[in-house]
Amino acid sequence: MKTSLTQTMAMEHIVIIGNGIAGSTLARHVRKLSNKRITMISAEHDNFFSRTALMYVYMGHMRFKDTEPYPKSFWADNDIALVHDKVKCIDVQHQVLSLEKGERLAYDKLVLATGSRPNELKLKGEELLGVQGLYSKQDLEYMKANTMGVEHAVIVGGGLIGVEMAEMLLSRNITVDFIVRDTHFWGSVLPQADAQFVDQHLQKHHGLTLHFSEELEEILGADVGRVKGVRTLHGQKEIQCDFVGVTIGVHPNIAVTFESDIAVNRGILVDEYLATNIPNVYAIGDCTEQKNPLPGRKAIEQVWYTGRMMGETLAQTLCGNPTKYSPGNWFNSAKFFDLEYQTYGSVQAQLQAGEEEFVFQSKNGKVLVHFVYEEQTKALIGVNAFGIRLRHEVFDHWLNQQTPITEVLTNFESAVFDPEFFTQYGAEIISVFNTEKKMNIALTPKKWWQKLIQA
Amino acid sequence: METNYSMTGDAGQYLNYWQKVGLAITGIGLFIIVLFWGNWNAQIEPAWFFLPFMITALAVGTGLYTWGSYKNAPAGIKNNGVYFNPLTNRGSLAWVSGVLLTLFYVSLYWYPSHLGLGLGANGSNLGLVALFDGLSHLFRNKDADQWFVYGTFYTLAILFLGAKFLVKYRHNRYQIIRTLVVMFSQLVFAYFLPFILEALGANDGGYYNLNPVNYYPLNYSFITPDRIDPMVAEVNQPIGMAYLVWGIIGFLILTPVVTYYLGKRWYCSWFCGCGGLAETAGDSFRHLSDKSVAAWKIERWVIHSVMVFVFIMTLAVMYTYFLNQEFALQFVVPSRGVGMLILFGWIVLGLGAFLGLYFKNKGKSRKYLLVGAAVFTFLGILMLVNYSLGKHEAFGIASYKIKEWYGFFIGAIFSGIIGVGFYPLLGNRVWCRFGCPMAGYMGIIQRFKSRFRITTNGGQCISCGNCSTYCEQGIDVRWYAQRGQNIVRASCVGCGICSAVCPRGVLKLENGPEEGRVNDNPILLGNDMPRMNPNVK
Repeated sequence: MKTSLTQTMAMEHIVIIGNGIAGSTLARHVRKLSNKRITMISAEHDNFFSRTALMYVYMGHMRFKDTEPYPKSFWADNDIALVHDKVKCIDVQHQVLSLEKGERLAYDKLVLATGSRPNELKLKGEELLGVQGLYSKQDLEYMKANTMGVEHAVIVGGGLIGVEMAEMLLSRNITVDFIVRDTHFWGSVLPQADAQFVDQHLQKHHGLTLHFSEELEEILGADVGRVKGVRTLHGQKEIQCDFVGVTIGVHPNIAVTFESDIAVNRGILVDEYLATNIPNVYAIGDCTEQKNPLPGRKAIEQVWYTGRMMGETLAQTLCGNPTKYSPGNWFNSAKFFDLEYQTYGSVQAQLQAGEEEFVFQSKNGKVLVHFVYEEQTKALIGVNAFGIRLRHEVFDHWLNQQTPITEVLTNFESAVFDPEFFTQYGAEIISVFNTEKKMNIALTPKKWWQKLIQA
Repeated sequence: METNYSMTGDAGQYLNYWQKVGLAITGIGLFIIVLFWGNWNAQIEPAWFFLPFMITALAVGTGLYTWGSYKNAPAGIKNNGVYFNPLTNRGSLAWVSGVLLTLFYVSLYWYPSHLGLGLGANGSNLGLVALFDGLSHLFRNKDADQWFVYGTFYTLAILFLGAKFLVKYRHNRYQIIRTLVVMFSQLVFAYFLPFILEALGANDGGYYNLNPVNYYPLNYSFITPDRIDPMVAEVNQPIGMAYLVWGIIGFLILTPVVTYYLGKRWYCSWFCGCGGLAETAGDSFRHLSDKSVAAWKIERWVIHSVMVFVFIMTLAVMYTYFLNQEFALQFVVPSRGVGMLILFGWIVLGLGAFLGLYFKNKGKSRKYLLVGAAVFTFLGILMLVNYSLGKHEAFGIASYKIKEWYGFFIGAIFSGIIGVGFYPLLGNRVWCRFGCPMAGYMGIIQRFKSRFRITTNGGQCISCGNCSTYCEQGIDVRWYAQRGQNIVRASCVGCGICSAVCPRGVLKLENGPEEGRVNDNPILLGNDMPRMNPNVK
């Protein structure tokens, strides 16, 4: 979609700060819907890359350039200008940005997609060399340098990035003490049975020591300004180490809004159209906080998928089709070392009032599926799956239809997304369910030809 | 600026005790091979000791290395350090092994005497070939030749490195079953069955031609007088005729039908010998394939050109064959006229298939089917003109010359040297992706008339790139997955590794109804917003 210079100048100019999944998705979709002028600014890296894949670069599974979903030429081919610079301040009055290298950039519509920042411990010793979080491409570079020649590390924070970091370090033969505040891994999100299942898997990995219900009191330094160990708060134990990973979550990156009138709380406040309080300024992705969170959803949801969906949604609005942010059923996924996790719908750490649950753990110990459904209607509310892949499409449909748990279970095998020839758990699930709930349901039989084609 | 870990060496491979011992023992086995190869002009004794010793060293060495690599961690994807290792990241070891493999192929094809073939007294063997004489006598009661040596190495590589693959992917039953079939197919169909048949008297053909799953057009010489005449010769019955019939069924019926139901994977990553080596010995190099759009463009032109070349070659040699006064096939094909009818019938069949697929399909890439139809039309007219003029060459070039060129450029240089010799530099599927006419033929079926696809699981993709990185065929799997689109590509050999390495459970190889298989403008699942234009994903 090439346009002449005069056309381009007359075209509305959309400036996006941040080229992560939210900003990049927005840019692509605006381009599909219009020929507006688009500029995307990033201080981190000049091409969109998959942040979630940084761990694989450290472990040697991929090169950094393999984490870039589109070649650099893709943006030029689609007339999306990339600026590799940092935004110093936003003048919302004149609709102009000042960049650090001195350039000034006028916008008609401004979109903030600045992502998040790692949380800090705010403890003594956090400034020492060898203490860091893992979020950005720069963090990856630090981590490469900081772990050179390191034999032992401590990780604080039992969440997704913590377990990624543990896997990264173990891949380089660095042993890890993993300090987790909760009584279980990711206890703030996972129900106890699920968290325990993950704990068991983590414990199979040599070189990884888990410390539950524990926090740090202080990070200890050597004379050279480098970390030499930590002291724990409850156990008052000193652990010698040459590296400390701080992975206690992230918060919205709102620094760009300082010295402007853009309203913020913990994140940049947006309405249902992803607009901020300032005309022509929008925000999407990890940096946002919903002024009026959707029912059953949090005001700040910092996952890949919400960033992508906000980008898709705002593109419609910016191209003349005002559209409310309306993510469908919640879904997410992760991998804890070798254990895959998927979730659809809502499974809270604590069972809510009016909810009933059914937790299936396979006899071979490889699979756990946690169903939550309404006590009265038996309608499916959510599912957590570990060690088994589920079809997004089918569960989305079941959640929308408020399908009763019995129907979900009798048709469970049609919702399994494991590769061909994998063990099927449908019959085992039903037999455990029947025993536990004193029911008598049966697996929907497959026709012989269905068996044949589904192997 | 990209840091090249393998050059700076700041994060080299951590080899544990068992890995080191395994590598050392493998090294002893390889040393024996190099010793015999280097002394091609000498008889090293006792061969009866060195051969089993070499094979045992390779088996034990790779076994211990495998054990060392995977014993300490639970089953799962373990690609740690792939891009730090000088063997798998185009480092020093990759170049050394690439050069050695290339030299081996050059010797094999053009200078078998440099392997020791026939250099001894009365044409007996020396050097590396002599090392295998004992084994060859055991299996087929005659001296080894270079092809026996090659076939044995090939089979050992698939078995030993297949075992390594089995341990590496022990959590994945698709990979286990597939690899067991790969190993079985190589050992039984490609290696032992030909020996048994030779012993039964089917003695014309040698290693490749008696492999019952080596179908035309990969086995390009199957439909040439050189093969047909021995197959129909009285001395080779009934096996010869059985092979002729089986081969024609394999090409004309079995291949399209099975590819329709299962995709080309049934052949490329289950039964094919080239695929078998790529999936086992080549597994460590799968990430080296080029994922660029430019490579994809080259791929499409080259692989289909090779395929067309094979068809032209077959038509040309058979045209000349049927013009002979006498031809051995005469008891099946009674006359020259009938022979010509078969050839023209073939052209009409090809033309019809391309046109049929063109009109049945949607999507941009179907326009290439018209190129195929045009080629067949052109060939038909050219052959008709030459026939009516009474010319002895269907396309104006002596058919044996076309065959010679094909054997040299495609058979030897492309499939051998670049295909396998360059594993550590260009990846393990260069031949299968850019050259194989069988893959080209099945690819057209897979793309336009098949139930096979890789399904993308709703909106779960995080664009991490593991799938694209580890696709040996250079398919940018992520391109499709991240927009919720199924992957329907001619080149996919269905190895299943994209699905295995995906950290979020996004990809599944499956066969299902043709309807909805290709979803060009999918809506990424998860977002319930109304859309301005439903065709915009």
